[in-house]
Amino acid sequence: MIYHDVVVVGAGGAGLRAAIAVNQKNVNVAVLTKVHPVRSHSGAAQGGINAAMGNNPRGGFDSVEKHAFDTIKGSDYLADQPAALKFTRAAPGVILELEHWGCPFSRMGDGRVAQRPFGGAGFPRTCYAADKTGHVILHTLYEQAVRFEHASERDNFKVYDEWMVTRLVIEEGKCRGVIAYHLATGKVEAIMAEAVIFATGGAGRVYLPTTNAVISTGLGLAIPYWAGVPVKDMEFVQFHPTTIYPTGILMTEGCRGEGGFLTNKDGERFLKNYSDSAKAMETAPRDIVARNMQREINEGRGIDGMYINLDIRHLGAEKIMERLPGIRDIAMNFVGVDPITQPIPVRPGQHYTMGGVDTDENGATCVEGFYAAGECACVSVHGANRLGGNSLLETLVFGKFAGEAAADYVLSKSALKKGEAALKQGLDAELEKFKKLTDSTGGEKAGTIRDELGRLMAEKVGIFRKEDELKEAWKQVKGLQKRFENVRVGYSGMKFNQALVMALEVEGNLAMAETIVYGATVRKESRGSHFRTDFPKRDDENFLRHSLVTWDAAEKKMKPTWKDVVLGLHEPKERKY
Amino acid sequence: MANTAKFRIFRFDPEKDRDFRFQDYDVPLEPGMTVLNALFYIQDNLDQSACFRVSCRAGICGSCAMHIGGRYRLACETQASIAKDSRVTIRPLAHLPIIRDLVVDMAPFWAHYKKIQPYLQPGDPDPERERTQTPADRSKMDILIDCILCASCHASCPMTASDEAYLGPAALVKTNRFAVDSRDRALEQRLKIVGDEHGVFRCHTVFNCSLACPKEIDPAGSIANLKRLATTHFLCKPEVR
Ligand SMILES: Cc1cc2nc3c(=O)[nH]c(=O)nc-3n(C[C@H](O)[C@H](O)[C@H](O)COP(=O)(O)OP(=O)(O)OC[C@H]3O[C@@H](n4cnc5c(N)ncnc54)[C@H](O)[C@@H]3O)c2cc1C
Ligand code: SF4
Ligand code: FES
Repeated sequence: MIYHDVVVVGAGGAGLRAAIAVNQKNVNVAVLTKVHPVRSHSGAAQGGINAAMGNNPRGGFDSVEKHAFDTIKGSDYLADQPAALKFTRAAPGVILELEHWGCPFSRMGDGRVAQRPFGGAGFPRTCYAADKTGHVILHTLYEQAVRFEHASERDNFKVYDEWMVTRLVIEEGKCRGVIAYHLATGKVEAIMAEAVIFATGGAGRVYLPTTNAVISTGLGLAIPYWAGVPVKDMEFVQFHPTTIYPTGILMTEGCRGEGGFLTNKDGERFLKNYSDSAKAMETAPRDIVARNMQREINEGRGIDGMYINLDIRHLGAEKIMERLPGIRDIAMNFVGVDPITQPIPVRPGQHYTMGGVDTDENGATCVEGFYAAGECACVSVHGANRLGGNSLLETLVFGKFAGEAAADYVLSKSALKKGEAALKQGLDAELEKFKKLTDSTGGEKAGTIRDELGRLMAEKVGIFRKEDELKEAWKQVKGLQKRFENVRVGYSGMKFNQALVMALEVEGNLAMAETIVYGATVRKESRGSHFRTDFPKRDDENFLRHSLVTWDAAEKKMKPTWKDVVLGLHEPKERKY
Repeated sequence: MANTAKFRIFRFDPEKDRDFRFQDYDVPLEPGMTVLNALFYIQDNLDQSACFRVSCRAGICGSCAMHIGGRYRLACETQASIAKDSRVTIRPLAHLPIIRDLVVDMAPFWAHYKKIQPYLQPGDPDPERERTQTPADRSKMDILIDCILCASCHASCPMTASDEAYLGPAALVKTNRFAVDSRDRALEQRLKIVGDEHGVFRCHTVFNCSLACPKEIDPAGSIANLKRLATTHFLCKPEVR
């Protein structure tokens, strides 16, 4: 049986940073990732990463406390405040570390890392590399992974690429390892580990349209959920205001940060007509901008009734070429629009999963030896709404903390290499599950269920939500789950069986959709990204708390609970920009 | 059918098939449909055994480079309508072993990448703050850091076909990215790695790489720069910069 002290699942920002942290403590670590590390979704992040460095002349009075305040206010007070402060305190350090590792950040005239303004932030504190920030960060981290791999003893740091984890094995409250499917050979194997860190990213593909990669499905969250680890605050789903119409590809918030306008069919900058965005206009936080855009569209002031214009023409060709070159390429390649001369058609779309595996400030969960970090985790620092530029930061900060915590846990552990029987059992169960899918005589296709679910979620559990639609959504998700039992994977070879992969991902989507609909139904208030038209006000008395959902495998049903928010720095106030 | 994209797709499973073959698929076109969408359509509806690599569907992850209609392209960035009037052939990246159908074994490509020590080597302990870099110095890396490691250049190069040890354009672009980074102090070491007959001097300036690159990086330009640096370096040691 393959054995590693620590197994990290996922090789985006969070997974790579976690693995490096484990290696820095001289603990043996393996990274399992279903795509090669540089193909991870972190590479798609465009706008930037936040840290109170005060490099920008207008950021001179910025501080980690102010960054924490903006994060807490942005979260609509659902963030755990000590965690938020720990998060922003660690920020400048991880940026400097990245710079030392060679990350090619854009620079200011004096040679320091450049910082730009971003929505919901009191100061320009978003470090960036043109509009390819995630790309350069991901590549820098992978470069360092190679460096650590070169430097460490044989197999002390190992990357298994295109190994898809499908099951987490927990025995007597302790994590024992994972079951993984090696795409290139078709082998399915049990991998034993003292500690497992999940860094599987967001679950954007539960929705359509989404800015997320094809691989960012609900499965990464569903695996720990099925193993009994609770997920938290799943109802909080961020919709990005500016995704390109119709494909859903993101137009970075940097477009607005750099001074872009949002206009309706009359060419009006309509954000001024809404009290929550009148002052900050285009730089108001995402949830507010997205809602007001959707209102314009719903009330017939969208262009062709479908979209809003993102106008950056006035920035001029030079600035567009220098600061937003990737945006221009996307607009030209995917919709044939040159933003230098034409406005870009945009509409809100799913963008970020605020909820996730319930963890503490070090990525630890209620299961001994099991950790989570990055978008798949919910610490929570983003609460009901994540600020732009805070999630790349989250991957690095909590990736690092989780890696360190997992390494310390392994170092302190005395009884090692346990759980072989449980892992073998898990492996058998998994093989049986795969066989059932490929041998099925049912007539359902995973792809059809995937698309129906995505549309259903966007329509009924989207930017605006209300009771009767949520009830309907619940019924329909249940119906889709029932239909999933008849899914047939029409190919039985095991080498790169992508149809099988898709079926597994869709099953994960269905599980996470259920938790999202559930959370959205019980949270009878509006907070951050969660907007109930039947309960349009925030209700701190009843809902200043996290919703938790635990899967009971024996009874095959979910068990909901609540958990208090940790305050301590700032009293909840109305959120206005 | 008028509104149909017609593809001819390379099929081969080295463990099962004696030889490769091509299979035709007709996909109903939708506005804005990309070749990647079409492949998904095939996999969902026509043939569940179809396989290809994908992740971001936005031209940034480098997964989906393949030979489409006569040249290397990213499937996610290519409109399916190119296959509207006449059947378009899709093949996997060349010069890499085939795993199955459009999926190739990238291991040799990554091995070259790792060989060139693809990480910053500043040569001094990390300072407390950032190593400063002027915007002008930073801009020297501008295009080079756009590389998504899609291997289009590698697959298009006749030299990678004839010399398995040849580092190939992508690894050399990466080397150049560090060679021009004002913070890096390992130029000599880097030139030693790339300055032999399996490195920059294997390049016969065919320029296929520069034509193939979806990010317009001009790998041949990077190789030319490294050749120049290496030549100067080996002729008039020790100072190159
Ligand atoms: C288009 C876009 C733009 C963005 N821009 C910004 C921005 O400007 N600033 C910002 O702060 N944030 C931004 N974000 C958000 C941010 O990019 C993500 O939250 C963050 O990158 C997530 O990183 P991660 O490491 O948690 O996961 P990911 O980068 O998604 O990586 C997940 C990893 O897990 C692996 N994996 C998943 N499931 C499995 C499995 N079952 N088995 C094995 N491996 C698995 C994958 O292979 C992958 O390596 C953006 C997001 C999008 C979609
Ligand atoms: S240089 Fe261009 S073609 Fe070569 S790997 Fe990089 S992006 Fe792809
Ligand atoms: S899928 Fe990422 S580049 Fe095409």
